[in-house]
Order: sequence, then structure tokens, then C-alpha cells
Amino acid sequence: MKFTWFNLMPWPHLPDDFRKKYRSVWVDIPSSLFDPEEGNRVYHRYMDQLEYADALGFDGIGVNEHHQNGYGLMPSPNLIAAGLARRTSQAAICVIGNSIALYNPPIRVAEEFAMLDVISGGRLVAGFPVGTPMDTNFCYGQIPALTRDKYYEAHDLIMRAWQDPEPFAFDGKYNQLRYVNCWPRPIQQPHPPIYIPGGGSIETWEWCARMDYNYSFLSFGGYIAGQAMLEGFWDQVGKLGKDESPHRASFAQIICVAETDAEAEKLYAEHCLYFFNRCLHVYLGYSDPPGYRTLKTIQGGKLNQLRAEQQKVFMNLTWKDLVEKGFVIAGSPATVRERCEQMITSLRVGHVFGLFHIGNMPDEKTRHSTKLFAERVMPGLHGLWPEWKDDKRWWIKPYEGRVRPELPNGAGR
Amino acid sequence: MNERSIETRRGIKCRVREAGAGAPLVFLHGAGGLLPEEPLLDALARRFHVFAPLWPGFGPEPGEELLEDMLDFTLHGLDVVEALGLARPHLVGHSMGGMIAGELACVNNAGFGKLALLAPVGLWLDAHPIADLFATPPWELPGLLFADPAAGQKRLLAGLDFSNDAALTRFMVDNARRLGSAGKILFPIPNRRLSKRLYRLRAETLLVWGREDKLVPPVYATRWQELIPGARLAWIEHAGHMLPVEQPAAAAEAIGKFLAG
Repeated sequence: MKFTWFNLMPWPHLPDDFRKKYRSVWVDIPSSLFDPEEGNRVYHRYMDQLEYADALGFDGIGVNEHHQNGYGLMPSPNLIAAGLARRTSQAAICVIGNSIALYNPPIRVAEEFAMLDVISGGRLVAGFPVGTPMDTNFCYGQIPALTRDKYYEAHDLIMRAWQDPEPFAFDGKYNQLRYVNCWPRPIQQPHPPIYIPGGGSIETWEWCARMDYNYSFLSFGGYIAGQAMLEGFWDQVGKLGKDESPHRASFAQIICVAETDAEAEKLYAEHCLYFFNRCLHVYLGYSDPPGYRTLKTIQGGKLNQLRAEQQKVFMNLTWKDLVEKGFVIAGSPATVRERCEQMITSLRVGHVFGLFHIGNMPDEKTRHSTKLFAERVMPGLHGLWPEWKDDKRWWIKPYEGRVRPELPNGAGR
Repeated sequence: MNERSIETRRGIKCRVREAGAGAPLVFLHGAGGLLPEEPLLDALARRFHVFAPLWPGFGPEPGEELLEDMLDFTLHGLDVVEALGLARPHLVGHSMGGMIAGELACVNNAGFGKLALLAPVGLWLDAHPIADLFATPPWELPGLLFADPAAGQKRLLAGLDFSNDAALTRFMVDNARRLGSAGKILFPIPNRRLSKRLYRLRAETLLVWGREDKLVPPVYATRWQELIPGARLAWIEHAGHMLPVEQPAAAAEAIGKFLAG
């Protein structure tokens, strides 16, 4: 069982009346709300936290890509990952991931991911999201009905670029390149582990299962709501006659640990509510441009985001709702351990992306929760799925002789 | 109107509504498709032989996956005219259909009679951005498309009940096909550089605009006139972007007078 410490990198200073005053946290959020000098401190704090998680023994540290987004300050997660590759030496660096349909040409992703893999000594987990409609269509202007097609082409190009030892010509519909020749090549052969963050489209379940890629369900809906999504994926795995290794799947979950259940509420409730009530305030018109979702997925009807009422789900939540409905796993180490085990076994996942920094949570609380999890929760969960413990197909294969950079002035560990 | 199926040289099947007699007229619909009742077409059919093809993605047959960019769209339009066996038909297009009609008349500039563009998209003015249709939830569309949103909504939904899950899903599937297909030439900005090709236009041109168009503001009419020297302009009062639905009689009158004149 693997745990990755994940930071979305939210802007922690959205005003109290944000929901009233602005129509969306994403796409058209005014950049005047971002203070670059405070941003300097925020980025360093968040990167320090990721390094701290490595020091505490988390299996991975994770970053992702969003654009024009008040709860995700990483338009380029590769920049953050490059910093982490130099400042850590143990944890997997999970970039979940690069929206490959947005890179022109996508060979850029092959190159940057290969650089990260080489610099980190073979610790890269490579994520290839199709990308949300907000990022892909509205911020980056991709045509909704062609996004998926372009994504698959980008995938084919990157995978071949990593593996073909000779330069080749690529005559794609969206990319024409006379000399594809990826320099450098990744350390991990034939390629770093591939994780596909999915939002619940039927095609992605089938494709991940068929390609033997990790299906990573990333939502903020929690493990109870996530059940249907993972079931959909496991159905496809079954249909294709693949083994049911839990390492085929990952799940993102908000986790808050304190000494007691009551302390968890006292410490973390306001920050979780900041996240759900301000950070997830996305204008409904940006969430589903016609053509982005496939007809099959709409007909599947599992993601009914169409109703205006849906937006209100996150508006009136209380701490009790968050915990009971599984949006948040919070409490004492014993409570969190029990609920995590329930999540892991019910979803059948071998990998959890734990969101420990939430919304506007201050550094000391984030570290408190992180440390309690690392010391008093994680050890009891690492041994889950004993029958699959030697299954390394979806995990990094670091280079033993890798450079472990020394930090200046004797800093670091 | 009668409806029949045709197959283009490329192998795309599509439905064509047909009525009337006289000079042939091809009508290209907008990104909303054709409603069950289209009084503008009925009115035009009293003077012309009207052919209104359903664009791929807007009818029951598949085939929209074969059209990916503006050239594909343009060639499909020419293929339809060829499959219908029409010689120099008049061309009338509304909104997205106006953009496509403009392309057809530029690419095949000896192939058409006259050209009537009803609130066409296809041009872009930075100072007057066209509202983002793709970021507009369905229930906000009537406000954008009609001078009288309440009456427009009734026409648009034609009795559809959004509180019924199955009906909503069906609507969303149809809407995803229609606007998904339209997005190939309209997203994120409805400009595929037709302005560069308008120099080729030889057909006499009429622009028809709803005075209260909130989607494509009337200032675009002026821009079209600048780009098509000699183009005439007819304003339709009490009409928004969906002028064929809101003021079919006035629109038919303006178009008919121009085409027959």
C-alpha cells in the first residue's frame, strides 16, 4: 500500500465574500486576487511541506497541473517537481500530471518528464490527464469535441518517443514532426509508471484497464461518492480478463489527523470549509462544454453535473456532513486508520493520494496532521494487500546509484 | 415540409427538409439545428423551392466525426448541393449556417445565385466579443438568443421538461452532439479567417440582423458590410439572434424581396 502526500497549492487568501462577489474560482478569477510577494512565501511553504513529507517517509509526493485557478497554483507542475527532485532523494515524485493535449508539440512532455526522471534518479510517476474542461477548453482553447482525439495522439507520440531508440517521423493529425528524437531518455525503462487521472468517463476506464495504466480517480467528493467510479473501472478490468491487482487504481482523499476526533474538528474544520465553500466555487458553464464528454458518458449518467442544484451541494456543508459523507477523513489516528482502511478496501486501491494541506490551512497544522499520519496511521496501513506486496508494476524503479544532492549549508537531512 | 435522406459523394447521409417550387434555395441552419416547426422556411417555400439540410451532428444519422475543420465543413456543404443536383441555388444561412454559407460562396464563387446571411458568425472584433455559447448553461440560452426570452424559451424547449431525468439526458446528448459539432468551427472563438477569403465573393449579398441581437451584436453587421462592398443590410425589429424564430414573416419578406429582385 502506497501513500503519496499531495498538495494542490491553493491560494489561501480568497476573501470571505468570494462566492458572492466572483462567479468562478477558475478560468476568469481576477488575477488581482493573487499577491505575488505573498506568493513567494506561499510557494516556498508548500514546497517545504512536500519535502517534509518525503522526510517523514511518505512513499510519494504529488503535484498536478491547473490553469487560471484559485485553488491550484501550478500551471507548470514540472517546475515544482524539478525543485523537489533536487531537494529530496527517497519519495516518488508523482506529477499527476501534464495535460498532454495542451503541449505543442507534446514531445515537450516527453522531454521534461525524461529530465525529471533522470534528475530524480528514476523516481518519476508520469501522469497524463485528459485535463478538465476548465483547463483544457476554456483556459487553453482546445476544441471540446476534438480534445480526446488529440490527447490520444499526444500519448502515442510521447510513449513512442521514450521507447524508440531511433529518430522517427510522426505524421499525426495534430502534430507533424519530421525528427522525433527524445533527448534525454528516462532512467526507468521502458518508461516511468503511467497514471491516468480520470474524472469518471467510461472510455478512460476501458483504456486504462486495457493499457495497464493506473486509473487515478481524483475528485474531492470523497471515498463514499467515489465508489461508483471505481466500480466502473474494476468492471472494465474484469471484462478484459486482467488480474485485479489493487495497484491498478489510486484514489485522492482529504485526510486530517489530530490527537482526538474533537481536536480534528477544532483544528481543521474551518480550513476544510474554506476549501469546499470557496475553492470549489466553479461557474457551472465552465464544467461541461458540449462535446467534451463523450455521448456514452452522458448516457451513463453517473456524472450529472447538469443541474443548477448540483452547485449548491458544496455550499451548505457542515463539518459533520464533510466527515459523515466521506468528503473528509478526519479524527484521531485510530479513527483515521479505520476509515482509511475502509476506503482502501472498499475502493480496492493500492495507492492513496492524501490531501493533507487543505484550503487555507496554516503550516503548523498541516505538519501536525502530516506527522501524526506518518507516525501513527501509515505504518498500520502499509501492509494492506499482502498478497500483492511484490507487485511493482505500477511503482517507480529508482536507480540505486543515483546522486543524492547535498543541500547547502548542511541543511536537509 | 417533406423530409428525405441524401448521401453525399463522401458517404455522409443526411436529412433534407424540402418544400415549395420555383428557384432553388438552400438554407443552412445555425448551431441550434432545426426546430420541428420552422415558419421562416414555410414562408420562403411560398416563393422558392427550399432545401434545408440537417448538418452532420444535428440529425439522427452519425457522420459528424468525419468533419473536423472549416475545410471539411465547406466541402460538405458543396457535396450536399451536388447531391441535391442543384444548379446555382440561392444560399441562405443563419448564424453558424451563415458562416458556412459565406465559405461556400467564396470557395465556389460561380456556384450560387444570391447570398442571404442572417446574423452570421465568422468574424471577430476584439472590442465587441461575441458571448461564449459554450460556457452558457442551457437554461440561460433563451436570455442570450431571444429579444423576448420567455416566449423564446417556449419555442426552444417545445414542451421539454428539464425536471425529468430521461428527458434531460436526451436533451444533453443531443445538445452535446449539436454544439460539439459546431464547436469544431466556433470554439473557442468563432473565427476561422473567412475574412481573408471574402475577397472572392461574387454573389450579391444581403445581411439580415435582429435589432436586439445579444449574441452577435449588431455592430458585426457593419463589419460584414465593410468586408463585402455593396452588401445590403435589412434590420428586423423586435428580434434577437433567433430572428428566424422570432420574426419569421419579416425575415422572409426581406429575404424574398432581395432574392427575387
